[in-house]
Amino acid sequence: MLRFATRRLGFVVLTIVLSSMIIFAATQILPGDVATMVLGRFASEEAKTNLRHELGLDRPLVVQYGSWLGNFVQGDWGDSISTRTEIRPLVFERLKNSAVLAAVAFLFYVPVGIVLGLIAALRRNSWIDQTISVGSLAFIGLPEFVSAVILITIFSIELGWLPSQSAIDPGTSWVTAFPKLILPAITVALTSLAYIVRMTRSSTVDVLQTDYVRTATLKGLPPYRVLFTHVLRNSLLPTITVVAIGVGWLMGGLIITESVFNYSGIGRLLLFAVQRRDVPLIQATALLIVLIYGVSNLIADVLYAVLNPRIRYN
Amino acid sequence: MLEVEGLSIEYETETGILPAVRNVSLEVREHESFGIVGESGSGKSTLAMGAIRYLASNGRVTGGSVRLNGVELLDLSRKELRALWGSRIGVVYQSPLTALNPSILIGKQLAEVARLHLGMDRGAAMTRVTEMLAKVAMPDPEAVMRRYPHQLSGGMLQRCVIAMALMTNPALLIMDEPTTALDVTTQAVVLDLVAELKREFDSAIVYITHDLGVVTKICDRVGVMYAGEFMEQASLRELFQRPLHPYTLDLLGCVPHFDRSPEKRSLVTIPGSIPHLDELPPGCIFAPRCSFVRDACRAARPPLDPVGEGHSSACIRWRIVPTPAERLGAATEALTELRSCSGDGAPLVEVDDVKTYFKGPGEGFLPGRRRHRAIRAVDGVSLTVCEGQTLGVVGESGSGKTTVARAIVGLTPATEGEIRLHGRKLEPAAESRKRGVLKEIQMVFQNPDASLNPTRTVGDAISRPLVLLGGMGRTEAATRARELLEAVSLPAGYYDRLPNELSGGEKQRVAIARAFAAEPDLILCDEPISSLDVSVQGSLMNLLMKLQVEQRTSYVFISHDLSAVQHLSDTIAVVYVGRVMELGDAVTVLTPPFHPYTEALLSAVPVADPDVKQTPIRLRGNVPSAMDIPSGCRFHTRCPRFLGDICREHEPPWRHGEGSHRIYCHIPLDELVQLQAETLVLASTTEDA
Repeated sequence: MLRFATRRLGFVVLTIVLSSMIIFAATQILPGDVATMVLGRFASEEAKTNLRHELGLDRPLVVQYGSWLGNFVQGDWGDSISTRTEIRPLVFERLKNSAVLAAVAFLFYVPVGIVLGLIAALRRNSWIDQTISVGSLAFIGLPEFVSAVILITIFSIELGWLPSQSAIDPGTSWVTAFPKLILPAITVALTSLAYIVRMTRSSTVDVLQTDYVRTATLKGLPPYRVLFTHVLRNSLLPTITVVAIGVGWLMGGLIITESVFNYSGIGRLLLFAVQRRDVPLIQATALLIVLIYGVSNLIADVLYAVLNPRIRYN
Repeated sequence: MLEVEGLSIEYETETGILPAVRNVSLEVREHESFGIVGESGSGKSTLAMGAIRYLASNGRVTGGSVRLNGVELLDLSRKELRALWGSRIGVVYQSPLTALNPSILIGKQLAEVARLHLGMDRGAAMTRVTEMLAKVAMPDPEAVMRRYPHQLSGGMLQRCVIAMALMTNPALLIMDEPTTALDVTTQAVVLDLVAELKREFDSAIVYITHDLGVVTKICDRVGVMYAGEFMEQASLRELFQRPLHPYTLDLLGCVPHFDRSPEKRSLVTIPGSIPHLDELPPGCIFAPRCSFVRDACRAARPPLDPVGEGHSSACIRWRIVPTPAERLGAATEALTELRSCSGDGAPLVEVDDVKTYFKGPGEGFLPGRRRHRAIRAVDGVSLTVCEGQTLGVVGESGSGKTTVARAIVGLTPATEGEIRLHGRKLEPAAESRKRGVLKEIQMVFQNPDASLNPTRTVGDAISRPLVLLGGMGRTEAATRARELLEAVSLPAGYYDRLPNELSGGEKQRVAIARAFAAEPDLILCDEPISSLDVSVQGSLMNLLMKLQVEQRTSYVFISHDLSAVQHLSDTIAVVYVGRVMELGDAVTVLTPPFHPYTEALLSAVPVADPDVKQTPIRLRGNVPSAMDIPSGCRFHTRCPRFLGDICREHEPPWRHGEGSHRIYCHIPLDELVQLQAETLVLASTTEDA
């Protein structure tokens, strides 16, 4: 088990290192010159050269990459070019906001998704199953900016129940800000919810047809105990993987959703950084997102192994 | 005790209502075991599961009565039924690995029954499980309870399932093909166990099987089912000695008998196939396939009427049903003499010290320093196949018999050793062999579903080797393919059908036709009949023998089923963990001296004749892994005739007997003869039959 976890961890570290190279390389080929951006189009060539030297941009790429990654690991993420402030507190502030939004979404879609999937599987081929399955299929295909607009139209404009803008003033407590979180959270959750419903349904349908569920039933166990002791443990295994991959989707969804709702999270920060060609900020934000993605995958793998003895002992 | 009266069960399907079981009655007493024998689709499982009211959601009981110790099961509510399931009714299933939950410890799964029905707390339930596991002769029950199902072998798992079913000393124990998924030697051990438990526990046993041999080991009374009805019910001995229904009679004739006659005989065949449930004939359902049919049979459905003491038959002409011996004489014919490689044949294929090793899973943490153990699937095998003859290769799963065949055909290239065809060395891999060579060696696989492309018609499948290897044009190939269909007794109209429109036996006929298309010298048959029904097995064995006589093709016939192997083979090789243990002409391999492994296999084969007495030689433990082959003689860990250090430390010598007969054992042949003469394995052979 320990060996398994260590190996997985090794893979995650490798993934992150590779991603950091890709991020670094990608930001290098972005059009536009940083010095020109900072000093303006009419700055003298000498001033630009000085600035490049000051920022270390005249060094070989490998050296730049090395010092960037080294500093990043040590917690020195440098300064943002556009805001002229330190990157780390800025990113963490936004990350905290995003984490709250993601957590609300997560707490909504994981249980709801599993329950809906189970209901569909247990009532297979009934009208409830049809409704849930068709509904979830529709949501998979719906991009966030469309579902966000639909939700705003219904719940903010027509019904007036919830605010359509989610900008939260610093200092407001999360409790008072909670209504502002509901619509963006639902928007972010919908796609992942649909995947979880479908995965839970199909794996539960499979497990319900296995011989060991027949064994459990013919032991004389009441249906709820068959479900909780024998079915769930096996049928939720694939769902766990989807939940972890869903964290990645969540990150992608945040960028769009936060922009639509004007919510100050990490997604909007990344968008802001890209628009301003703020290379250090892009690098730091992107790498942080990769890190979160990697860690959540690692957790999924380990959890999967803990729950599935066939993997654990191989 | 269990009384089933007039039980009928239907399934609702998209195409209509299928009457899967119709008006069926049976009775089983305490300590008695009732065998339900039938081919697939006969409704035997539906009957048993329907009787305890466990049916798929589209199935329902439409009439009759099922009483267990006087309680009418059909009147019980769901809740009352659950109180019986697992406590008064135990079930043992076909595949023990899938019958247990893969992610729950064995001990916990078994304890669940004790906690639920015996009201025990955790500790008491665990103690009870330990006791039960000890009762089913489980070595080290405590350790087994802390394992997950995938960590145990099939035989061990089936013991766990049996222990679970017997935990509450149930009134009724249903065993649904409990040994079908196990190796012969393991099957023998489990059957012994069931026979013993039958005496110890009070349960009435309903034992479902397709295997007429297994029935003789376990059952007191037997019912033969066909398309949802019983054809005949009788005591075990009477059913086998004096069957009074033509279906039973023919079924018995489909099974090869162990004999030492110097000729190969055909088996009885049953023409046609089981009728579909939605188009049952109005009269006797067996009438369309019966060789004793008269007009009266087609008029009305005959009831299952008593024809003697505890014997009933659903045949109106039961008085004229001949004895099995008469039937065998009339319905079978001698096809060829048995031949021997030493005398009659030139060698066609020689396999010379062939080894096939695979890279095993690695050990060690760091990528660069991982050590891989070799999987020695075939570990030095030498064999000869002679022209126009059949070499039978027999052994348990994991013996490497399939890998030998794949090495010969070049699908899994041998890593060492030489394979010669007509004296010329073959390239190890099929890709590097020339077309002329590829054409000479063809293969028939176990599972025709997987070996026939589902999107290609039968005609395409057979024409392909004709075009590719035979160099024929399209039209010529099509004509020849139709001829081949006829040769394997399929209607020419099958040319345009897709595999899914064919039954399992028909698919395998197509696979055989395809193998013959290239007019090969050698066909490797890898368990070609194992997944098929008894009657289909019989007709396929007849077909293989007929084609061999006509085409003078050689076969390598691989099977775990010793009775099929002895029926078809001129020469037999017994393999164990990648090595040949015994090799020789069929008759000499089947008479003492035996290699101790052959002896154990022969004693484990379920012979379909209750009068045959077999010495109970049982192998302990499991077939060793090909990654971890025991030192010295590789069979020493399980050998019932283990001598001592010599077996553990030294590879045994080849001991040569009569003709080409040789045995790989430390015990000299004359000593083996003495040991084995006392315990003559087939006490009564069916030479008189």
